[in-house]
Amino acid sequence: MKYWNETYECMKRSDLERIQLERLQATVNHVYKNVPFYRTKMQQAGLSPADIRTLDDLEKLPFTTKQDLRDNYPFGLFAVPQSEVVRIHASSGTTGKPIVVGYTKKDIDAWSELTARCLVAAGADRNSVVQISYGYGLFTGGLGLHYGVERLGATVVPMSAGNTKKQLMLMKDFGTTLLACTPSYALYLAEEMEHSGIRPEDLRLRYGIFGAEPWTEGMRRKIEERLGIRATDIYGLSEVMGPGVSIECEQQDGLHIFEDHFIPEIIDPSTGARQDYGTTGELVFTSLTKEAFPVIRYRTRDLTNLNNKPCACGRTHVRMNRIMGRSDDMLIIRGVNVFPTQVESVLTRYSDVEPQYLLVVDRIGNLDVLEVQIEMSQKLFSDEVRRIEEVRRKIGSDLESVLGLGVNLKLVEPKSIERSQGKAKRVIDNRKYD
Amino acid sequence: MVKQLSVFLENSKGRLAHMTRILSDAGVDLLALSIADTTDFGILRAIVTDLDKAVEVLKAEAYTVAVSEVLAVMVPDKPGGLADVLRIMNDADIGVEYLYSFVRKPEESALILFKVDDIQRAMDAMQHNGLRMVEQEELLKI
Repeated sequence: MKYWNETYECMKRSDLERIQLERLQATVNHVYKNVPFYRTKMQQAGLSPADIRTLDDLEKLPFTTKQDLRDNYPFGLFAVPQSEVVRIHASSGTTGKPIVVGYTKKDIDAWSELTARCLVAAGADRNSVVQISYGYGLFTGGLGLHYGVERLGATVVPMSAGNTKKQLMLMKDFGTTLLACTPSYALYLAEEMEHSGIRPEDLRLRYGIFGAEPWTEGMRRKIEERLGIRATDIYGLSEVMGPGVSIECEQQDGLHIFEDHFIPEIIDPSTGARQDYGTTGELVFTSLTKEAFPVIRYRTRDLTNLNNKPCACGRTHVRMNRIMGRSDDMLIIRGVNVFPTQVESVLTRYSDVEPQYLLVVDRIGNLDVLEVQIEMSQKLFSDEVRRIEEVRRKIGSDLESVLGLGVNLKLVEPKSIERSQGKAKRVIDNRKYD
Repeated sequence: MVKQLSVFLENSKGRLAHMTRILSDAGVDLLALSIADTTDFGILRAIVTDLDKAVEVLKAEAYTVAVSEVLAVMVPDKPGGLADVLRIMNDADIGVEYLYSFVRKPEESALILFKVDDIQRAMDAMQHNGLRMVEQEELLKI
């Protein structure tokens, strides 16, 4: 089985764009009529639904931000009466109130269709046994994929997250062929397998769908090697739908965005200007088929770029690259956009462990200065000053060529850069903005 | 040849005190030491009474440490003593990365620690010129 829905996944671009325009116009009409927030914003911009005549007219519409979603807690942005809403999900929201999203029966139907497409792209078919180790509940991960497996007609094992011993037992006894969880949990499972003496050959596991957190190509190789599977990257966010907004195909070269349901854009996070294919910026989504919780130009804060080159898999939908970071981490120093992930990509070359670093920006006189602090590691250290200085110069010049900016490199002691729970703090901006 | 401990230290107040306290709490004595410093970091090099223990306790406290090999040479304690040894190294085309001296003195000699670019050739050159070198176990007895 190559595609779940060949008609839509491999549709000619001109036909796809015609459908997109019809659906975009319907969505704009729908929110203008039913969501005061969107109507007011459009009116303030001097726009009415009739102004959306081409796909390019989307650019005229105002952005929607995470803050807008928070401000309308809980149901302010719902576009249908509550009697039409059959399910609620909510984001985990680290601070304050969560972001609440709703689905009509038709929304759940579309979501199931898209996760079924994802499962097939990742290698599943009707005979698959799919173990879902994403959390079930308000989080969209578990239930989102669950409905896709049922739609596909495969067997779903709704294991949910945690209880690693039982995960492994069921995997073995039920003959699980596809595992769905976060990539870090996949690695953890692989370790636990090794500890309990289970070899990949003892399992029927062949495929994995991993997402809900950023991961790297290196992590993919590790998972594939240790579990003996093909690991597929899935992307989604509850504000837009949940998992299944985009999926990798067997080419493992970017994630196809289901453009018959969403229009992606890349913008410059500081100016909001639309960017060309290939340029890295913030990913923005407009939903095309959602009834209960449509979004217009929702700023994801995820950084990536789009690739419209034809893909060998036959799907015609554009591909997005792996998420490279978050736009809220972006720094503008002397007019240059700097992302902590760029620094990380250089430092990983010099380290066999996860590099620990911190970007400190100061304004000295009228000049912005970037200091990069790196924790000394066993690999960088030497008893000779000369050798340490040599490594420092090399890292410094690599950073300069990647960032396009001079940096002061400071070597600091291990564990001296503050670790926070969960997300690491990578940036301190001491500049005063007034 | 003698095994030396090196520790990475940030140039900030109290770091050296903190590090030496960890060693003393573990009962490790410093027999010789030198510090190389730059504007923002320093490297402490030392010969210690219990190298394995020192590495273990420092690593546990998240210090970056390395172990390298140096030569401990008995240099006659008289004017020109060191100059003669350095001339021998130079004649044998051996590069000296750094050197420092042992605190305690055996007999009429100073004990100097040399980090060189070719330790085997340096040992040969010392032997050839009748200079005595001290090994790890012997150091503890001085």
